[in-house]
Amino acid sequence: MSAVVSKVTKRRSGVLDILRGSPIMGPFLALIAASIFFATQSDKFLTGANLSLIIQQVIVVGALAIGQTLVILTGGIDLSNGMIMALSSVLMTGFAVTSGLNPILAILAGLLVGIIFGVLNGALITSIGLPPFIVTLGTFNIAYALVRIYTTSTITNLPPAQLFLGNTFSIGGTEITYGSVLLLILYAITWYVLRSTPAGRAVYAVGDNPEAARLAGINTKRVLTGVYTVAAITYGIAGLLLVSRTGVGDPQAGQTGNLDSITAVVLGGTSLLGGRGQILGTLIGALIVGVFRNGLQLMGVGSIYQVLITGILVIVAVSIDYLSHRGK
Amino acid sequence: MLKGNGARRLVQRFGLVSMFAIAMLIMSACGSSAAPAGSSTAPTAASGSGGATSGDQIIVGLITKTETNPFFVKMKEGAQAKADELGVKLLTGAGAKDGDNEGQVTALENMVNAGAKGILITPSDTKAIVPSIQKARAKGVLVIALDTATEPQDAVDALFATNNFNAGLLIGQWAKAAMGDKKPVIATLDLAPGITVGAQRHNGFLQGYGLAKADANSSDLVNSPEVVCSQDTHGDQTEGQTAMENCLSKNPDINLVYTINEPAAFGAYQAIKAAGKEKDITIVSVDGGCRGVQGVVDGQIAATSQQYPLKMAALGVQAVVDYAKSGKKVSGYTDTGVTLITDKAQTGVDSKDSKFGTENCWGTK
Repeated sequence: MSAVVSKVTKRRSGVLDILRGSPIMGPFLALIAASIFFATQSDKFLTGANLSLIIQQVIVVGALAIGQTLVILTGGIDLSNGMIMALSSVLMTGFAVTSGLNPILAILAGLLVGIIFGVLNGALITSIGLPPFIVTLGTFNIAYALVRIYTTSTITNLPPAQLFLGNTFSIGGTEITYGSVLLLILYAITWYVLRSTPAGRAVYAVGDNPEAARLAGINTKRVLTGVYTVAAITYGIAGLLLVSRTGVGDPQAGQTGNLDSITAVVLGGTSLLGGRGQILGTLIGALIVGVFRNGLQLMGVGSIYQVLITGILVIVAVSIDYLSHRGK
Repeated sequence: MLKGNGARRLVQRFGLVSMFAIAMLIMSACGSSAAPAGSSTAPTAASGSGGATSGDQIIVGLITKTETNPFFVKMKEGAQAKADELGVKLLTGAGAKDGDNEGQVTALENMVNAGAKGILITPSDTKAIVPSIQKARAKGVLVIALDTATEPQDAVDALFATNNFNAGLLIGQWAKAAMGDKKPVIATLDLAPGITVGAQRHNGFLQGYGLAKADANSSDLVNSPEVVCSQDTHGDQTEGQTAMENCLSKNPDINLVYTINEPAAFGAYQAIKAAGKEKDITIVSVDGGCRGVQGVVDGQIAATSQQYPLKMAALGVQAVVDYAKSGKKVSGYTDTGVTLITDKAQTGVDSKDSKFGTENCWGTK
């Protein structure tokens, strides 16, 4: 371990140094600044109902981005996540509605198929040594095709048990969905595991320097397979969240899930080179996208400008990351 | 990441985030009482121009399938012009790409929160959008589908659209007259599986030609032995070209091509021209965009059914404003009309020439 962590960076003073000291400070301040700006532009922005809505709108990408963060921390990338989510969601709803399976069993079956894809990703990357980009591009297409082989039409009339996460409870008159709470719990668990367990530290070590990690006695193949598998579980959960949010099983879903989740990860200050980043940064990254989309909509700005601004933010975020670590 | 004081720093960072989460929850808990506090810090000038603030201005939402397709650009122009004329505020939104249901759901929710009185939407996924529309309607928002019907159609208050079956019927009838006694060998370049518009145009075309009987509202494609090749193009020019190339290798005797829209038709023309068959193959299409009508002028597309997105949007904005003022909701289906555009008029089939088509087209001339 000491080989990985003993690098001492030369101290420089200034803004970049502050950002280097705390990589999620930048994203966090950006989120606060954007929120303050939108609050001055629309009196609808800072209402309980609207803030609750923003969280609801980021739960799907937020869940996808948990798995994506783990994968990127190991220095990999997962292009298949949105399609694994779509496959899981279409199967869990289809098994329940079309095949009449018990709704809960159908959810588990959908999650299981997602996990199989995660194991497949991990196995191909570790056993043959293929680049994650290629493997997950392949499984993206396989999952895309399987969705359409299974169904081309949207699955409707879902059993209530599958829509439970879309139900709400009320705090002081504001409706909050159970799905939003589940997402925050998932982030808390991931945060704890990455911070305080040997498995979490191994993820960082493998991403920072796989060779050093191996020499330090870490089974890098097992770590990678584990990461892709755990990531697939979060994609399956994202599928369940998507179903509860839209109320249908949608074969068209998830096609931009990979890029959307990478956007959240990058905005949250995690390095695409691996080994450096914070899971909570990813949550902030997802919220930044949601806040901009919602705020600009409330202001009456066309959605194409939301895309424009997201693009600028990504470049700014990566530039900050790059500049603050150039001396490393 | 794991330097000596890393753990402590992490706790601090987590503290910041949880503070924010708690702050959000507190704001949530305060509910609407947080709103005046928020707005009191706002400069009045900014909130005045911010628009979403004034209680008396009527807000109309328009959600299209994409931002970029000229059809929807024209629809947006029509809505904006009508909104300016009536002095109401127009919010616009779109999915990231055709078929992006979640993007449309997000825009819909944001517009409801922004206080929209009515929302006009061209559903990307005709079934998947329905639960979200129901939620909006339950909050008293008037929802009107433009161009594309939801499934079921009565999931919205009203539908302003081209009769797509009719649009297909017209080019089918024209093609039959134009082909005369030549035996048709047909390729159909379709939209995508399970999308009603695509099926209605395809089925209308085959019925117009007298090759098949179809239900005008079905979302399943009918078929006939004369159709030797059917491919999905998603209405995209590049995919249209690939599809046509494949169809020509499958059956080089194809002499009639039905296309879901004009981009697909241009793609097909590229493939046909590359094969040196542009004299032997007739292309028919649907849309009536300015580029498409130019294709009719240039002889690339033989006939196309022109539809009127600007009219759909203008009627929609008017209906929302009427609802806001009188509380009266529109209902049912309004046909916004379709005209066959061709320079080779056939007896027994009503059509207009490309001059009329150019005058009434949508998109950039």
